[in-house]
Amino acid sequence: MSVDAPIENLPLRQRFTRGLDAPICLTWELTYACNLACVHCLSSSGRRDPLELTPAETLHVVDELADMRVFYVNIGGGEPMLRPDFFDLLSYAVDHKVGVKFSTNGTRLTAERARRLAGMDYVDVQISIDGALASTNDAVRGEGSFAAARTAMDNLAAADFGQFKISVVVTRENVTQLDQFSTIAESYGAQLRLTRLRPSGRGVDAWDALHPTADQQRMLYHWLLERPDVLTGDSFFHLSALGEPLDGLNLCGAGRLVCLIDPVGDVYACPFVIDDEFLAGSVRQEGGFARVWRQSDLFRSLREPQSAGACASCGSYDACQGGCMAAKFFTGLPLDGPDPECVFGHGEDALAARGSGPAPVAAVGHSKVDRRGVPLPVPTPVRFRTPARA
Amino acid sequence: MTDERAPVPALAFDPDLAWGVHPQVALRDESFGALAYHYGTRRLLFLKSRPLVELVSSLDQYESATAAIVAVVPPEQRPAYRRALARLAASEVIGVR
Repeated sequence: MSVDAPIENLPLRQRFTRGLDAPICLTWELTYACNLACVHCLSSSGRRDPLELTPAETLHVVDELADMRVFYVNIGGGEPMLRPDFFDLLSYAVDHKVGVKFSTNGTRLTAERARRLAGMDYVDVQISIDGALASTNDAVRGEGSFAAARTAMDNLAAADFGQFKISVVVTRENVTQLDQFSTIAESYGAQLRLTRLRPSGRGVDAWDALHPTADQQRMLYHWLLERPDVLTGDSFFHLSALGEPLDGLNLCGAGRLVCLIDPVGDVYACPFVIDDEFLAGSVRQEGGFARVWRQSDLFRSLREPQSAGACASCGSYDACQGGCMAAKFFTGLPLDGPDPECVFGHGEDALAARGSGPAPVAAVGHSKVDRRGVPLPVPTPVRFRTPARA
Repeated sequence: MTDERAPVPALAFDPDLAWGVHPQVALRDESFGALAYHYGTRRLLFLKSRPLVELVSSLDQYESATAAIVAVVPPEQRPAYRRALARLAASEVIGVR
Protein backbone atom coordinates (compact mmCIF):
# COMPACT_ATOMS: atom_id res chain seq x y z
CA MET A 1 0.00 0.00 0.00
CA SER A 2 1.10 3.54 -0.12
CA VAL A 3 0.18 5.58 2.86
CA ASP A 4 3.02 7.91 3.59
CA ALA A 5 1.34 10.02 6.18
CA PRO A 6 2.70 8.98 9.57
CA ILE A 7 0.08 6.83 11.19
CA GLU A 8 -0.71 6.74 14.85
CA ASN A 9 -2.98 4.63 17.03
CA LEU A 10 -2.22 1.29 15.47
CA PRO A 11 -4.53 -1.41 16.84
CA LEU A 12 -7.24 -0.63 14.32
CA ARG A 13 -5.65 -2.94 11.82
CA GLN A 14 -8.39 -5.51 11.84
CA ARG A 15 -11.05 -2.94 11.12
CA PHE A 16 -9.04 -1.60 8.23
CA THR A 17 -8.82 -4.99 6.58
CA ARG A 18 -12.60 -4.78 6.17
CA GLY A 19 -12.27 -1.61 4.16
CA LEU A 20 -13.22 2.02 4.62
CA ASP A 21 -16.03 4.11 3.14
CA ALA A 22 -13.47 5.78 0.91
CA PRO A 23 -9.78 5.17 0.35
CA ILE A 24 -7.36 6.89 2.74
CA CYS A 25 -5.47 7.87 -0.36
CA LEU A 26 -5.16 6.45 -3.81
CA THR A 27 -2.71 6.31 -6.63
CA TRP A 28 -3.68 7.88 -9.90
CA GLU A 29 -1.49 7.23 -12.90
CA LEU A 30 -2.33 10.18 -15.14
CA THR A 31 -0.70 8.94 -18.32
CA TYR A 32 1.12 5.95 -19.73
CA ALA A 33 3.28 8.35 -21.72
CA CYS A 34 6.86 8.48 -20.52
CA ASN A 35 10.09 9.86 -21.86
CA LEU A 36 12.08 7.29 -19.86
CA ALA A 37 11.84 3.51 -20.01
CA CYS A 38 12.88 2.29 -16.57
CA VAL A 39 13.53 -1.44 -16.50
CA HIS A 40 11.30 -1.94 -13.45
CA CYS A 41 8.35 0.29 -14.46
CA LEU A 42 5.30 -0.93 -12.53
CA SER A 43 2.92 0.27 -15.23
CA SER A 44 4.96 -0.75 -18.31
CA SER A 45 4.74 2.87 -19.41
CA GLY A 46 6.00 4.48 -22.58
CA ARG A 47 3.22 5.20 -25.05
CA ARG A 48 0.31 7.50 -24.32
CA ASP A 49 -2.96 5.57 -24.46
CA PRO A 50 -5.33 7.19 -26.97
CA LEU A 51 -8.21 6.50 -24.60
CA GLU A 52 -6.58 8.41 -21.73
CA LEU A 53 -9.07 10.33 -19.57
CA THR A 54 -9.80 13.74 -21.06
CA PRO A 55 -9.12 16.89 -19.04
CA ALA A 56 -12.84 17.19 -18.29
CA GLU A 57 -12.99 13.58 -17.13
CA THR A 58 -10.04 14.05 -14.79
CA LEU A 59 -11.73 17.05 -13.18
CA HIS A 60 -14.84 14.96 -12.68
CA VAL A 61 -12.78 12.32 -10.91
CA VAL A 62 -11.43 15.03 -8.59
CA ASP A 63 -15.02 16.09 -7.84
CA GLU A 64 -15.81 12.54 -6.83
CA LEU A 65 -12.72 12.24 -4.65
CA ALA A 66 -13.60 15.54 -2.96
CA ASP A 67 -17.16 14.31 -2.32
CA MET A 68 -15.77 11.13 -0.78
CA ARG A 69 -13.36 13.20 1.30
CA VAL A 70 -10.28 11.47 -0.02
CA PHE A 71 -7.61 13.61 1.61
CA TYR A 72 -4.93 13.26 -1.03
CA VAL A 73 -3.95 11.45 -4.20
CA ASN A 74 -0.58 10.08 -5.23
CA ILE A 75 -0.23 11.09 -8.85
CA GLY A 76 2.14 9.20 -11.09
CA GLY A 77 2.35 7.69 -14.53
CA GLY A 78 4.12 7.36 -16.87
CA GLU A 79 5.49 10.82 -16.46
CA PRO A 80 2.56 12.94 -15.23
CA MET A 81 4.22 16.25 -16.10
CA LEU A 82 3.97 15.28 -19.78
CA ARG A 83 0.22 15.88 -19.65
CA PRO A 84 -0.51 19.35 -21.05
CA ASP A 85 -3.27 19.84 -18.46
CA PHE A 86 -1.06 18.78 -15.55
CA PHE A 87 -1.07 22.11 -13.72
CA ASP A 88 -4.77 22.68 -14.35
CA LEU A 89 -5.52 19.38 -12.66
CA LEU A 90 -3.19 20.18 -9.76
CA SER A 91 -4.85 23.54 -9.12
CA TYR A 92 -8.31 22.06 -9.39
CA ALA A 93 -7.49 19.28 -6.94
CA VAL A 94 -5.95 21.45 -4.24
CA ASP A 95 -8.76 24.01 -4.64
CA HIS A 96 -11.13 21.16 -3.80
CA LYS A 97 -9.11 20.09 -0.77
CA VAL A 98 -7.74 17.01 -2.47
CA GLY A 99 -4.03 17.22 -1.69
CA VAL A 100 -1.60 16.02 -4.34
CA LYS A 101 1.65 14.12 -4.03
CA PHE A 102 3.09 13.52 -7.41
CA SER A 103 6.03 11.44 -8.57
CA THR A 104 8.15 12.63 -11.43
CA ASN A 105 11.39 11.73 -13.11
CA GLY A 106 12.18 15.44 -13.02
CA THR A 107 12.94 15.83 -16.71
CA ARG A 108 10.16 18.40 -17.15
CA LEU A 109 10.60 20.13 -13.81
CA THR A 110 12.08 23.36 -15.11
CA ALA A 111 13.04 26.34 -12.96
CA GLU A 112 9.84 28.09 -14.00
CA ARG A 113 7.67 25.10 -13.12
CA ALA A 114 9.49 24.71 -9.80
CA ARG A 115 8.55 28.29 -8.93
CA ARG A 116 4.97 27.58 -9.90
CA LEU A 117 4.88 24.51 -7.64
CA ALA A 118 6.43 26.49 -4.78
CA GLY A 119 3.42 28.78 -4.92
CA MET A 120 0.91 25.96 -4.38
CA ASP A 121 -0.28 24.63 -1.06
CA TYR A 122 -1.02 20.93 -0.52
CA VAL A 123 1.31 19.79 -3.27
CA ASP A 124 4.14 17.39 -2.48
CA VAL A 125 6.74 16.48 -5.07
CA GLN A 126 8.62 13.19 -5.21
CA ILE A 127 11.57 12.94 -7.53
CA SER A 128 12.61 9.42 -8.42
CA ILE A 129 16.18 8.22 -8.49
CA ASP A 130 17.25 4.60 -8.23
CA GLY A 131 20.92 5.11 -7.52
CA ALA A 132 22.93 7.55 -5.43
CA LEU A 133 25.43 7.59 -8.30
CA ALA A 134 24.64 8.30 -11.93
CA SER A 135 26.04 4.94 -12.98
CA THR A 136 23.76 2.96 -10.64
CA ASN A 137 20.74 5.08 -11.43
CA ASP A 138 21.14 5.29 -15.18
CA ALA A 139 21.54 1.51 -15.50
CA VAL A 140 17.91 1.23 -14.39
CA ARG A 141 16.35 4.51 -15.49
CA GLY A 142 18.32 5.37 -18.63
CA GLU A 143 21.26 7.49 -19.68
CA GLY A 144 21.16 11.03 -18.35
CA SER A 145 18.23 10.43 -16.00
CA PHE A 146 20.29 10.99 -12.85
CA ALA A 147 21.55 14.36 -14.04
CA ALA A 148 18.01 15.36 -15.01
CA ALA A 149 16.65 14.40 -11.59
CA ARG A 150 19.40 16.35 -9.82
CA THR A 151 18.66 19.39 -11.96
CA ALA A 152 14.99 19.15 -10.95
CA MET A 153 16.03 18.97 -7.28
CA ASP A 154 18.26 22.01 -7.78
CA ASN A 155 15.33 23.84 -9.37
CA LEU A 156 13.03 23.06 -6.45
CA ALA A 157 15.67 24.17 -3.96
CA ALA A 158 16.31 27.39 -5.89
CA ALA A 159 12.57 28.09 -5.99
CA ASP A 160 12.44 27.64 -2.20
CA PHE A 161 9.82 24.92 -2.63
CA GLY A 162 10.43 23.55 0.85
CA GLN A 163 10.76 19.92 1.74
CA PHE A 164 10.35 17.75 -1.32
CA LYS A 165 10.84 13.99 -1.34
CA ILE A 166 13.41 11.83 -3.04
CA SER A 167 11.89 8.48 -3.94
CA VAL A 168 14.02 5.38 -4.35
CA VAL A 169 13.06 1.83 -5.28
CA VAL A 170 15.43 -0.35 -3.27
CA THR A 171 17.37 -2.78 -5.44
CA ARG A 172 20.23 -5.20 -5.06
CA GLU A 173 22.45 -2.59 -6.67
CA ASN A 174 21.50 0.50 -4.66
CA VAL A 175 20.83 -1.03 -1.24
CA THR A 176 24.48 -0.45 -0.43
CA GLN A 177 23.97 3.29 -1.01
CA LEU A 178 21.29 3.98 1.60
CA ASP A 179 23.50 6.34 3.58
CA GLN A 180 24.44 8.16 0.39
CA PHE A 181 20.76 8.63 -0.45
CA SER A 182 20.32 10.11 3.02
CA THR A 183 23.21 12.47 2.39
CA ILE A 184 21.69 13.65 -0.89
CA ALA A 185 18.32 14.20 0.79
CA GLU A 186 19.92 16.11 3.67
CA SER A 187 21.83 18.32 1.27
CA TYR A 188 18.48 19.58 -0.04
CA GLY A 189 16.59 19.46 3.24
CA ALA A 190 14.50 16.83 1.45
CA GLN A 191 12.83 13.75 2.84
CA LEU A 192 13.98 10.30 1.73
CA ARG A 193 11.35 7.79 0.65
CA LEU A 194 12.23 4.15 0.02
CA THR A 195 9.89 1.69 -1.62
CA ARG A 196 9.98 -1.94 -2.45
CA LEU A 197 10.86 -3.32 -5.88
CA ARG A 198 7.79 -5.17 -7.14
CA PRO A 199 7.81 -7.73 -9.94
CA SER A 200 5.02 -5.73 -11.61
CA GLY A 201 4.84 -4.34 -15.14
CA ARG A 202 8.29 -4.51 -16.72
CA GLY A 203 9.51 -5.34 -13.21
CA VAL A 204 8.57 -8.95 -13.94
CA ASP A 205 11.68 -9.18 -16.08
CA ALA A 206 13.93 -7.13 -13.82
CA TRP A 207 12.93 -8.59 -10.48
CA ASP A 208 15.06 -11.76 -10.44
CA ALA A 209 18.25 -9.81 -11.01
CA LEU A 210 17.39 -6.68 -9.03
CA HIS A 211 15.46 -7.64 -5.90
CA PRO A 212 17.56 -7.41 -2.72
CA THR A 213 19.09 -10.60 -1.35
CA ALA A 214 17.97 -12.01 1.99
CA ASP A 215 21.04 -10.53 3.72
CA GLN A 216 20.37 -7.16 2.14
CA GLN A 217 16.77 -7.25 3.31
CA ARG A 218 17.84 -7.85 6.91
CA MET A 219 20.25 -4.95 6.65
CA LEU A 220 17.51 -2.77 5.17
CA TYR A 221 15.13 -3.70 8.00
CA HIS A 222 17.61 -2.60 10.66
CA TRP A 223 18.50 0.51 8.73
CA LEU A 224 14.81 1.49 8.54
CA LEU A 225 14.16 0.70 12.21
CA GLU A 226 16.82 3.23 13.15
CA ARG A 227 15.37 5.86 10.82
CA PRO A 228 11.64 6.30 11.42
CA ASP A 229 11.84 9.61 9.57
CA VAL A 230 12.49 7.79 6.28
CA LEU A 231 9.17 7.33 4.47
CA THR A 232 8.31 3.92 3.07
CA GLY A 233 4.64 4.11 2.08
CA ASP A 234 4.25 1.03 4.31
CA SER A 235 6.15 -0.72 1.54
CA PHE A 236 8.26 -3.15 3.55
CA PHE A 237 5.77 -4.68 5.93
CA HIS A 238 6.94 -8.16 4.92
CA LEU A 239 10.15 -7.31 6.82
CA SER A 240 8.24 -6.80 10.06
CA ALA A 241 8.37 -10.59 10.51
CA LEU A 242 12.01 -10.05 11.53
CA GLY A 243 10.93 -8.65 14.90
CA GLU A 244 9.85 -5.21 15.97
CA PRO A 245 7.32 -3.96 13.41
CA LEU A 246 8.32 -1.15 11.10
CA ASP A 247 6.49 2.15 11.32
CA GLY A 248 3.10 2.02 9.60
CA LEU A 249 -0.03 -0.08 9.46
CA ASN A 250 1.82 -3.18 8.32
CA LEU A 251 -0.95 -4.58 6.22
CA CYS A 252 -1.88 -4.88 2.57
CA GLY A 253 -4.30 -2.04 1.85
CA ALA A 254 -5.25 -3.18 -1.65
CA GLY A 255 -8.94 -2.50 -2.23
CA ARG A 256 -9.33 -1.82 1.50
CA LEU A 257 -7.47 1.44 2.13
CA VAL A 258 -5.97 2.22 -1.25
CA CYS A 259 -6.43 1.52 -4.93
CA LEU A 260 -5.22 2.64 -8.32
CA ILE A 261 -6.90 4.63 -11.07
CA ASP A 262 -5.02 4.12 -14.33
CA PRO A 263 -4.77 6.63 -17.20
CA VAL A 264 -7.86 5.28 -18.99
CA GLY A 265 -9.90 5.33 -15.78
CA ASP A 266 -9.67 1.66 -14.91
CA VAL A 267 -9.63 0.99 -11.18
CA TYR A 268 -7.26 -1.67 -9.85
CA ALA A 269 -6.80 -2.93 -6.31
CA CYS A 270 -3.38 -1.32 -5.89
CA PRO A 271 -0.65 0.36 -7.96
CA PHE A 272 1.25 -2.89 -8.27
CA VAL A 273 -1.41 -5.07 -9.87
CA ILE A 274 -2.28 -3.62 -13.26
CA ASP A 275 -3.72 -6.92 -14.47
CA ASP A 276 -7.23 -8.07 -15.41
CA GLU A 277 -7.25 -10.29 -12.33
CA PHE A 278 -7.31 -7.19 -10.11
CA LEU A 279 -9.45 -4.89 -12.25
CA ALA A 280 -12.44 -3.70 -10.21
CA GLY A 281 -14.14 -1.44 -12.74
CA SER A 282 -13.84 1.96 -14.38
CA VAL A 283 -14.50 5.52 -13.31
CA ARG A 284 -16.27 5.86 -16.66
CA GLN A 285 -18.99 3.40 -15.62
CA GLU A 286 -22.30 4.59 -14.23
CA GLY A 287 -21.82 5.46 -10.58
CA GLY A 288 -18.22 6.41 -11.24
CA PHE A 289 -15.38 5.77 -8.86
CA ALA A 290 -17.52 5.74 -5.73
CA ARG A 291 -19.55 2.81 -7.00
CA VAL A 292 -16.45 0.85 -7.94
CA TRP A 293 -14.91 1.46 -4.53
CA ARG A 294 -18.01 0.57 -2.59
CA GLN A 295 -19.62 -2.16 -4.67
CA SER A 296 -17.19 -3.94 -6.94
CA ASP A 297 -17.10 -7.69 -6.43
CA LEU A 298 -13.32 -7.66 -6.35
CA PHE A 299 -13.02 -5.08 -3.59
CA ARG A 300 -15.76 -6.73 -1.59
CA SER A 301 -13.95 -10.04 -1.76
CA LEU A 302 -10.67 -8.42 -0.69
CA ARG A 303 -12.46 -7.09 2.40
CA GLU A 304 -13.49 -10.57 3.46
CA PRO A 305 -11.24 -12.36 5.96
CA GLN A 306 -8.30 -13.74 3.97
CA SER A 307 -6.92 -17.24 4.38
CA ALA A 308 -3.38 -17.49 5.75
CA GLY A 309 -2.98 -20.67 3.69
CA ALA A 310 0.51 -22.09 3.83
CA CYS A 311 1.49 -19.33 6.30
CA ALA A 312 -1.10 -20.31 8.91
CA SER A 313 1.37 -22.27 11.02
CA CYS A 314 4.01 -19.51 10.98
CA GLY A 315 4.37 -17.59 14.22
CA SER A 316 5.07 -14.38 12.32
CA TYR A 317 1.92 -14.30 10.21
CA ASP A 318 0.45 -11.58 12.42
CA ALA A 319 3.48 -9.42 11.73
CA CYS A 320 3.70 -9.76 7.95
CA GLN A 321 0.20 -10.95 6.96
CA GLY A 322 1.76 -13.10 4.26
CA GLY A 323 3.32 -10.08 2.56
CA CYS A 324 2.49 -8.45 -0.74
CA MET A 325 -0.28 -9.78 -2.95
CA ALA A 326 1.26 -8.28 -6.08
CA ALA A 327 4.69 -9.77 -5.41
CA LYS A 328 3.10 -13.20 -5.06
CA PHE A 329 0.87 -12.87 -8.10
CA PHE A 330 3.59 -11.76 -10.49
CA THR A 331 6.06 -14.38 -9.34
CA GLY A 332 3.45 -17.08 -9.87
CA LEU A 333 3.00 -17.90 -6.18
CA PRO A 334 -0.37 -18.64 -4.56
CA LEU A 335 -1.90 -15.58 -2.90
CA ASP A 336 -2.50 -17.47 0.33
CA GLY A 337 1.12 -18.40 0.84
CA PRO A 338 4.44 -16.74 1.60
CA ASP A 339 5.72 -13.60 -0.05
CA PRO A 340 8.54 -14.38 -2.53
CA GLU A 341 10.81 -12.36 -0.23
CA CYS A 342 9.59 -13.99 2.99
CA VAL A 343 12.33 -13.29 5.55
CA PHE A 344 12.34 -16.93 6.64
CA GLY A 345 13.07 -18.16 3.12
CA HIS A 346 9.66 -19.79 2.62
CA GLY A 347 9.20 -17.69 -0.49
CA GLU A 348 12.39 -18.98 -2.06
CA ASP A 349 11.25 -22.51 -1.32
CA ALA A 350 7.90 -21.78 -2.91
CA LEU A 351 9.58 -20.25 -5.96
CA ALA A 352 11.71 -23.38 -6.31
CA ALA A 353 8.68 -25.63 -5.88
CA ARG A 354 6.81 -23.62 -8.51
CA GLY A 355 8.95 -25.70 -10.82
CA SER A 356 8.39 -25.76 -14.51
CA GLY A 357 5.09 -23.92 -14.64
CA PRO A 358 4.87 -21.00 -17.03
CA ALA A 359 7.26 -18.29 -15.94
CA PRO A 360 5.60 -14.92 -15.43
CA VAL A 361 5.92 -12.78 -18.51
CA ALA A 362 6.09 -9.02 -18.53
CA ALA A 363 3.00 -7.57 -20.12
CA VAL A 364 3.94 -5.34 -23.05
CA GLY A 365 1.45 -2.90 -21.61
CA HIS A 366 2.28 0.57 -22.86
CA SER A 367 5.97 -0.06 -23.38
CA LYS A 368 7.26 1.51 -26.55
CA VAL A 369 7.18 -0.97 -29.43
CA ASP A 370 8.52 -1.21 -32.95
CA ARG A 371 6.27 -1.37 -36.03
CA ARG A 372 5.66 -5.08 -35.51
CA GLY A 373 4.55 -4.56 -31.92
CA VAL A 374 7.76 -5.92 -30.40
CA PRO A 375 8.83 -3.99 -27.29
CA LEU A 376 11.87 -1.81 -27.84
CA PRO A 377 14.84 -2.58 -25.62
CA VAL A 378 15.35 -0.32 -22.62
CA PRO A 379 17.63 2.51 -23.69
CA THR A 380 20.62 1.56 -21.59
CA PRO A 381 22.01 -1.96 -21.52
CA VAL A 382 21.68 -3.12 -17.94
CA ARG A 383 24.60 -5.00 -16.48
CA PHE A 384 24.36 -6.50 -13.04
CA ARG A 385 27.45 -7.07 -10.98
CA THR A 386 26.05 -9.28 -8.27
CA PRO A 387 25.13 -12.91 -8.82
CA ALA A 388 21.44 -13.77 -8.67
CA ARG A 389 21.82 -15.72 -5.45
CA ALA A 390 24.23 -14.18 -2.97
CA MET B 1 4.94 26.34 0.31
CA THR B 2 4.03 27.38 3.77
CA ASP B 3 5.88 26.48 6.93
CA GLU B 4 3.87 23.29 7.44
CA ARG B 5 6.93 21.16 8.09
CA ALA B 6 7.96 23.24 11.09
CA PRO B 7 8.25 21.03 14.15
CA VAL B 8 5.08 20.63 16.17
CA PRO B 9 5.46 22.83 19.23
CA ALA B 10 5.29 20.73 22.37
CA LEU B 11 2.62 22.89 23.92
CA ALA B 12 1.11 21.60 27.08
CA PHE B 13 -2.59 20.93 26.67
CA ASP B 14 -4.45 23.41 28.80
CA PRO B 15 -8.03 22.12 29.22
CA ASP B 16 -9.18 25.45 30.57
CA LEU B 17 -8.67 27.14 27.22
CA ALA B 18 -11.20 27.13 24.38
CA TRP B 19 -10.30 24.50 21.76
CA GLY B 20 -11.60 23.44 18.39
CA VAL B 21 -10.68 21.33 15.38
CA HIS B 22 -7.57 22.86 13.82
CA PRO B 23 -8.52 24.88 10.73
CA GLN B 24 -6.18 22.81 8.53
CA VAL B 25 -7.64 19.49 9.70
CA ALA B 26 -10.35 17.52 7.93
CA LEU B 27 -12.31 14.81 9.71
CA ARG B 28 -13.94 11.94 7.85
CA ASP B 29 -16.39 9.70 9.65
CA GLU B 30 -15.71 5.98 9.55
CA SER B 31 -17.38 3.03 11.27
CA PHE B 32 -14.73 2.93 14.01
CA GLY B 33 -14.68 6.69 14.61
CA ALA B 34 -13.02 9.05 12.18
CA LEU B 35 -9.93 9.71 10.15
CA ALA B 36 -8.26 13.04 10.71
CA TYR B 37 -5.92 14.50 8.13
CA HIS B 38 -3.83 17.60 8.74
CA TYR B 39 -3.20 19.36 5.44
CA GLY B 40 -0.32 21.31 6.93
CA THR B 41 1.71 18.59 8.63
CA ARG B 42 0.41 15.90 6.22
CA ARG B 43 -0.27 13.70 9.22
CA LEU B 44 -3.04 11.13 9.25
CA LEU B 45 -4.54 10.12 12.57
CA PHE B 46 -7.38 7.95 13.72
CA LEU B 47 -10.00 8.91 16.25
CA LYS B 48 -10.73 5.50 17.61
CA SER B 49 -14.26 5.85 18.91
CA ARG B 50 -17.47 7.62 18.05
CA PRO B 51 -17.65 9.38 21.45
CA LEU B 52 -14.18 10.84 20.89
CA VAL B 53 -15.29 12.13 17.49
CA GLU B 54 -18.35 13.71 19.07
CA LEU B 55 -16.26 15.32 21.79
CA VAL B 56 -13.74 16.72 19.28
CA SER B 57 -16.49 17.98 16.98
CA SER B 58 -18.31 19.72 19.84
CA LEU B 59 -15.26 21.46 21.34
CA ASP B 60 -16.00 24.72 19.57
CA GLN B 61 -19.37 24.96 21.30
CA TYR B 62 -17.86 25.24 24.77
CA GLU B 63 -15.82 27.89 26.51
CA SER B 64 -13.17 25.34 27.48
CA ALA B 65 -12.16 21.77 26.80
CA THR B 66 -13.02 20.96 30.39
CA ALA B 67 -16.56 22.25 29.87
CA ALA B 68 -16.90 20.11 26.75
CA ILE B 69 -15.65 17.02 28.57
CA VAL B 70 -18.02 17.58 31.48
CA ALA B 71 -20.93 18.01 29.10
CA VAL B 72 -20.19 15.04 26.86
CA VAL B 73 -18.23 12.40 28.80
CA PRO B 74 -19.34 10.29 31.79
CA PRO B 75 -17.29 11.12 34.95
CA GLU B 76 -15.33 7.86 35.17
CA GLN B 77 -14.09 8.25 31.57
CA ARG B 78 -13.05 11.90 31.76
CA PRO B 79 -9.33 11.37 32.52
CA ALA B 80 -8.97 9.11 29.49
CA TYR B 81 -10.67 11.62 27.22
CA ARG B 82 -8.56 14.44 28.64
CA ARG B 83 -5.45 12.44 27.71
CA ALA B 84 -6.84 11.76 24.26
CA LEU B 85 -7.41 15.48 23.71
CA ALA B 86 -3.86 16.21 24.91
CA ARG B 87 -2.51 13.80 22.28
CA LEU B 88 -4.67 15.39 19.60
CA ALA B 89 -3.44 18.82 20.67
CA ALA B 90 0.18 17.66 20.39
CA SER B 91 -0.57 16.48 16.83
CA GLU B 92 -2.38 19.73 16.07
CA VAL B 93 -5.63 17.97 15.24
CA ILE B 94 -7.18 20.41 17.69
CA GLY B 95 -5.95 23.90 18.43
CA VAL B 96 -6.70 26.80 20.73
CA ARG B 97 -9.45 28.95 19.23
